[in-house]
Amino acid sequence: MSDYAIKVEGLGKKYLIKHQASGRRYVALRDVLAEKAKALFSNRKSETANHKSVEEFWALQDVSFEVKSGEAVGIIGRNGAGKSTLLKVLSRITEPTKGRVRLRGRVASLLEVGTGFHPELTGRENIYLNGAILGMHRTEIRSKFDEIVAFAEVERFLDTPVKRYSSGMYMRLAFAVAAHLEPEILVVDEVLAVGDASFQKKCLGKMQDVSKGGRTVLFVSHNMGAVTTLCRSGIWLQQGRVVKTGPARQLVDEYLTVNADTRQTVVDLSTIRRHGDQGRRLQIKKIEWLSGLPLQHGEKCSLRVHFHTRAEVHEVSTGIGFSTLEGTRLLSYDTDFQAGHRPDIAAGSACYVDVNLAELPLAPGFYNLSVGCRSGDAFGLDYLPEAMQVEVIMGPKTPGYIAVPGAGVRLKGDWNWNFGPS
Amino acid sequence: MDELVIEAGKTERHYWADLWRYRELFFFLSWRDILVRYKQTVIGVLWAVIRPVLTTVVFTIIGGRLAKLPSDGLPYPVLVFAAMLPWQFFSSSLAEASNSLITNANMISKIYFPRLVIPASSVIVSFVDFLISAVILVALMAWYHVTPGWRLALLPLFTVLAFFASFGVSLWLAALNVKYRDFRYVIPFIVQFGLYISPVMFTSGVIRDKLGATFSQFYCLNPMVGVIDGFRWAVGGQADACLETNLLVSVAITVLLLLSGVQYFRATEKNFADII
Repeated sequence: MSDYAIKVEGLGKKYLIKHQASGRRYVALRDVLAEKAKALFSNRKSETANHKSVEEFWALQDVSFEVKSGEAVGIIGRNGAGKSTLLKVLSRITEPTKGRVRLRGRVASLLEVGTGFHPELTGRENIYLNGAILGMHRTEIRSKFDEIVAFAEVERFLDTPVKRYSSGMYMRLAFAVAAHLEPEILVVDEVLAVGDASFQKKCLGKMQDVSKGGRTVLFVSHNMGAVTTLCRSGIWLQQGRVVKTGPARQLVDEYLTVNADTRQTVVDLSTIRRHGDQGRRLQIKKIEWLSGLPLQHGEKCSLRVHFHTRAEVHEVSTGIGFSTLEGTRLLSYDTDFQAGHRPDIAAGSACYVDVNLAELPLAPGFYNLSVGCRSGDAFGLDYLPEAMQVEVIMGPKTPGYIAVPGAGVRLKGDWNWNFGPS
Repeated sequence: MDELVIEAGKTERHYWADLWRYRELFFFLSWRDILVRYKQTVIGVLWAVIRPVLTTVVFTIIGGRLAKLPSDGLPYPVLVFAAMLPWQFFSSSLAEASNSLITNANMISKIYFPRLVIPASSVIVSFVDFLISAVILVALMAWYHVTPGWRLALLPLFTVLAFFASFGVSLWLAALNVKYRDFRYVIPFIVQFGLYISPVMFTSGVIRDKLGATFSQFYCLNPMVGVIDGFRWAVGGQADACLETNLLVSVAITVLLLLSGVQYFRATEKNFADII
């Protein structure tokens, strides 16, 4: 018998997608009754019509893997690859359709920090409540209480309702409770995607302690840097199936090169992960590299962003950004920088914006491009943190030494050599 | 080391053991809901008391003064309040529990625990309100010099019956509410309608006398009829002529509602995280 902590055999999860109900978000009793009544009178017809509108969708299919006890494993894959579904099945939130999972030891899943936090309750009350939700016993919470409070740095606000907390304090407290769980198996999803950089670092450190402490960790993240620092091995999912398993570093490299559609100059963005208002009013449809790909360091490049409006939007501004694959933003460009006007765009119209970058300062390497647009100063209409990956190669005027990874941004400066004492 | 096996359709095996394991979460959720309820409302505890008291005043005036209905040997306010107490518990349980899964949707989609804990803890919150308004009943009985005697010792039994009836119906409504989102419009109607078809403003005897025996047979299918008759009898009222039968029917209906409620809840529970 092997010393596995998690063993997954032929796991499958099926969802039914109802196309007919695509306009509505929920099943309404009224409609069900109407359907039933219709079926009474014309019993055959509506039945076949119903069958057509339901489509099967396998979020996970024939997934098998084994995680050894004490191992930290990262799960990587694009959006919609089935990572979250897998975690949901492993943490028993939803039932699998097929297959079997064996878990040895107490499982704690952290699909979100601060689940069950109530804004009206004080920090102290929320620690107890959240602890219980995560499966800790009262005595356990009590014995770790001081540690949790110290980690979260909220001593002075323990008896203040958390609705008065700053968002940073709130996140720290929420993570602190979760960080003091002591399960044998820890299942974590993207919790590091929140909070400021120093907080993320702290979380990552804590998670490293957990995995070093001999506990089994299963970790999903889009942050490849976090996956490689935290996990020794990895599982790569694609369209609900396991593509490959292996050492994390190697797997991440391979994943990044395969998934980098770096030479495709027109990228459709209609199905990508988005934030803000998620394009409900103004949607970023696609981007088009007019100057071709890959980009060249120090050279001119131009980009076109296509929009589609669903509702009338006012004072629109837009921008793009380049980040490292680990998620650190290096460069930002936006329409506001150039004192222009912010246009109002009518509903149902299509439009695009062109931007020319005179001398691309990014050093050779792979970068994530993000695209966003907003209305006025505050309202984020659509934001795509990982719209696409772009490759920057050496330009004709690039010195060879700049082509090392991590050279970052190289800008023009006004340099003057002077000889002799100053 | 204990091994947990997750397989399609096999969740039943651990269900009741899990429910026991998550008893602390049940405790904390109830505690949270109670705390929040009394923190948020300015008048706090008073709110639990004001509603039944005001309704009792109105019903006393209509039933006792205007319609001059018989009161089974009790002062009319005591008669109404003894019914209002379990009814208020029942109706607020339904209202709270039916929405409880939706309001805790976030927890359901992020964490595993037996979902039964959520409607159960909202019934507990209503039960705390019930205990608070029970003080008013005691005060009313003292004011009107009603001495109940040994029968009061049976009041906890009727309370238990009210509890399970509330819980059974709540399970049905909570699960249906997740499945059909327009179901929440039905619930206020059920609660309001229920008040008129339960013997709160009048006695069960009035129904039998004025509307006939056949009608009253259907009428007592409402599980709250037996509970309310029991409450009135326990605080010192005359026993209703059909008290025993009404009680038996109530117990039977309650058991039926509870068992079927648990079953339906568990059948739909598996999909809550997918559809909520």
